[in-house]
Amino acid sequence: MTQPKVLILRTAGTNCDAETDTAFQFAGAETALVHIQNLISGKVNLSDYQILAIPGGFSYGDDISAGILLAVEMKHKLTDAVNRFVGDGKLVIGICNGFQVLVRTGLLPGVSTSANGTSQMTQRATLAMNTSAKFECRWVDLETQESPCVFTKNIKPSVYFPVAHAEGRFTAPADVLAELEANNQVVFRYAESEYPKNPNGSDADIAGICDTTGRIFGLMPHPERFLTKWNHPRWTRFSQAQDTATEEGDGLAIFKNAVNYVKANL
Amino acid sequence: MSSTVNEINILNADDAELMRISREGTLSLNLNEMKAIQMHFGALGRNPTDVEIETIAQTWSEHCVHKTFKSIIRYSEEEKEPEQIDGLFPSYIQRATEEIAKPWCVSVFSDNAGIIEFDDTFNLVFKVETHNHPSAIEPYGGAGTGIGGVIRDSLGTGLGAKPILNTDVFCFGMPDMSYSELPKGTLHPKRVFKGVVAGVRDYGNRMGIPTANGAILFDTRYTANPLVFCGNVGLIPRNRCEKSVEPGDLVVAIGGQTGRDGIHGATFSSAELDDTSEGLGSVVQIGNPIMEKKIVDALLQARDRNLYRSITDCGAGGFSSAVGEMGAHIGAEVHLERVSLKYEGLAPWEIWLSEAQERMVIAVPPENLSELITICEAEFVEATVLGTFTDTHKLQVFYEGAIVADLEMEFLHNGLPKPVKAAVWQPPKHPEMPSRDEGIGVGDPSYTDDLKRLLASPNIASKESVIRQYDHGVQGGVVINPLVGVANDGPSDACVITPVLGSRKGVIIANGINPKYSDVDPYLSAASAIDEALRNIVAVGGTLEKTALLDNFCWGNPDKPDRLGELVRAAKACYDIATAYGTPFISGKDSLYNEYRDTTTGEQQAIPSTLLISAICVIPDIRNAVTMDVKAPGNFIYVVGNTYTELGGSHYFGIHGFIGNSAPVVRPDEAKLTMERLSSAIKSGLVRSCHDCSEGGIGVAAAEMAFAGGYGMTLNLDNIPTGDETEADDYLLFSESNSRFIVEIEPEHRDAYENHMSGVPIGYLGTVTAAPEFVITGKSRHPIIETAIDVLKSAWQTPLHS
Repeated sequence: MTQPKVLILRTAGTNCDAETDTAFQFAGAETALVHIQNLISGKVNLSDYQILAIPGGFSYGDDISAGILLAVEMKHKLTDAVNRFVGDGKLVIGICNGFQVLVRTGLLPGVSTSANGTSQMTQRATLAMNTSAKFECRWVDLETQESPCVFTKNIKPSVYFPVAHAEGRFTAPADVLAELEANNQVVFRYAESEYPKNPNGSDADIAGICDTTGRIFGLMPHPERFLTKWNHPRWTRFSQAQDTATEEGDGLAIFKNAVNYVKANL
Repeated sequence: MSSTVNEINILNADDAELMRISREGTLSLNLNEMKAIQMHFGALGRNPTDVEIETIAQTWSEHCVHKTFKSIIRYSEEEKEPEQIDGLFPSYIQRATEEIAKPWCVSVFSDNAGIIEFDDTFNLVFKVETHNHPSAIEPYGGAGTGIGGVIRDSLGTGLGAKPILNTDVFCFGMPDMSYSELPKGTLHPKRVFKGVVAGVRDYGNRMGIPTANGAILFDTRYTANPLVFCGNVGLIPRNRCEKSVEPGDLVVAIGGQTGRDGIHGATFSSAELDDTSEGLGSVVQIGNPIMEKKIVDALLQARDRNLYRSITDCGAGGFSSAVGEMGAHIGAEVHLERVSLKYEGLAPWEIWLSEAQERMVIAVPPENLSELITICEAEFVEATVLGTFTDTHKLQVFYEGAIVADLEMEFLHNGLPKPVKAAVWQPPKHPEMPSRDEGIGVGDPSYTDDLKRLLASPNIASKESVIRQYDHGVQGGVVINPLVGVANDGPSDACVITPVLGSRKGVIIANGINPKYSDVDPYLSAASAIDEALRNIVAVGGTLEKTALLDNFCWGNPDKPDRLGELVRAAKACYDIATAYGTPFISGKDSLYNEYRDTTTGEQQAIPSTLLISAICVIPDIRNAVTMDVKAPGNFIYVVGNTYTELGGSHYFGIHGFIGNSAPVVRPDEAKLTMERLSSAIKSGLVRSCHDCSEGGIGVAAAEMAFAGGYGMTLNLDNIPTGDETEADDYLLFSESNSRFIVEIEPEHRDAYENHMSGVPIGYLGTVTAAPEFVITGKSRHPIIETAIDVLKSAWQTPLHS
């Protein structure tokens, strides 16, 4: 098949677009940075792409709350395009602000498997202000969970990624949380519950979730900031033995998985 | 006062009247300058308009034209022949760079930021600015717009650089100051601290620029005049580094709308503050980082399509400075009614001078206008044609068809009379503090408590609670973080980034600042700041050979001969030390008049004379970088460089209430070789960790390395190389002599390392231990420090924790 095509969505205040772009390029994809205005106007067709990536940043300044304005724009101005994209079995990843957007659109955790009255675009969870009440930039240990997520297939059981956010506390009503657990939709958990190992106070230490198909994935940590081992905050402490190991950072696997999935399935 | 233009009657004004006009208009012009304007308009046979006199005042302000650094100075110091200095800037800063003549300096002192070479495709730009006066009055807004402004400096350099790194250095009053001691009309240092950090955080994080280097210092004398240094590094294609303007190009404003915010910022910051300044809210700007991000997104696309010929930011003086500078050699015509306003009711001079944020001015050939507008519309950025660059050599401003300013560029840019200023310097005499060795180590007494107090002093204590609020990882290129070590919480000497992802070529950013030494001698303070910045570069794996410097002077009122004398001392040190090390200055800025006056008591307080040196170094391969945290038990610890009895202005003297007189000297004759050999040893992989030895001396540096790495140390002071007769344990431990490092060497590399360092004073101090104990034996053979690394770490982490 041809090279998988990734649309990296931009708008005012998006700021992790360049490194997300690099991550997908390193993973072997063809990428395009597209302003949402060009999707709304029809200048660019979402259907020409197989992966939609919503990068980190402060979309529209995170006014009102993080990711909400971009989510509203997607829900109301790109409804059909996004629904068709998801319906076609294509991949969506939201990182940090992108995760906040996916949760606020309702694409994550997705339609309830039990309750009626929820549609594709009903918000059922949220990412609230960190319990520390401030922006936190630090690396955290994550435990990879059993999940259908295609982005984390065969990834290491525990990984170390950076977080950088003020609004990352995943929280949802008890029934939604129970459903996430029952469906194995939790993809990453912070390795420990206490602050700062769980940097934001998320329910059930949730750092990332997917929808029930595993094709829509959102996470607060930034795998695109760990593309080479020299991004690791303690690489100078690695022993000689570790030195000769791969130069690849653990974050790259997530983007490679996405690209490989598209090559194999779409 | 809407929409009107007033004539300012200066033709018949006497001296008193001229000064009244200057003062009441916040023009910050002195009598000589007012007289020059009077004479110029006298020859024209008319009075200036308010638009004209305001334009001149902004252009001639200390903030914009740096007249002190260009003035003629009659300088005298004790027992020396008085000398005349024809400009501090040309004599000491610019001359140093010219003599060093590094081929990789692409553009120095001429554009909005300095430019150096990076790789075959890109160059780097670097600029550091201050935003002191605004941050004193409105910390959050002042600091945020400080960052916003310096980012626009990078964007306004060449044809525009992509901002890739922010730095910030703050100087505040003591955070534990009692409210009753607070000078009238000033904000409490804690409030200033919180607001400034939040302002920098919210602006930098929203822009998506990593903030990965900085420092925070405290001194009571910064209470009324806090200092906020904001820096930005940018990445620019090599073929986009030059700008030009042609007659016929359109004057196009890009970005935010214009309001009544930030009026008189340039002139306001060129005056002293007093206890009534807090009411001057209108001089502080309002920041909108998302607007600025949109401008960056739009302009870099336009740059890559070659749609404009020149660009500059609207900083101090607003459009008046931006258009006036861009058209300085040809002329420009601007129509103020075209400016996009936040609200109605601005007088023409207010539109012209407003320092509303997030605005750039570009020179666009008319045929490119429609493509430019298409790009801007796609990013929701306003682009407004304000006028045209002309060949009239005049700055002509119109409002609704009527001419409101008609100024000759020649007079505007060269009409400022060169001031002659007097400067004196007299070395102060402070009481000396004797060594406290007597009785130490016998029985219980030790220096353990001194070490803990030093680690806990606010200048040295951990700044983690601040650093974690800044996104230092965005853009994905950070390879040495500001916090390092086994728990990611040790104090890194510098940050290292790879601006081009996938490339191993790196950039190191570091800084040096030692205002305490100014109390002894500003020459030593400046020299030490350069040495410290360079040590920080070398400590992570950089080299002198590829390092450039930036100078930011923050001083008191230079119209006072003693303050100016200190400035002369510091400038002389800049020349001497930079040329000795071969590290050129590529950009700089000064902020003077950092003084506070109590209008009832008449009491006057200047800040300590403060020079911030920022350093930037390009390294070929980031894999050779090292960090300061110790790596493994059994490794050897060495000190590199001579220790002298130099405790004047040291933190050790400071915690005991002394200043002393022997501040650290810089001796490039021996230190240059030290740094070069150490760089080479690091590059050869012989050094496992390396830490700059600065505040608190060997004691503090070694302790930081130990607790950052999570291991203990057993050291003794026997082998410390000294350049004089220093014997006292406390002096050896806490002297702040320059050009010293502590390094960790693996046992199998010991011989290779010692050979590598031949000709350089090095001393074996001891070993890294698995047991988490920090033990130092003095020359007296007594254990003078004996404690656990957790105790030291907690002393260091607790004070500024929240």
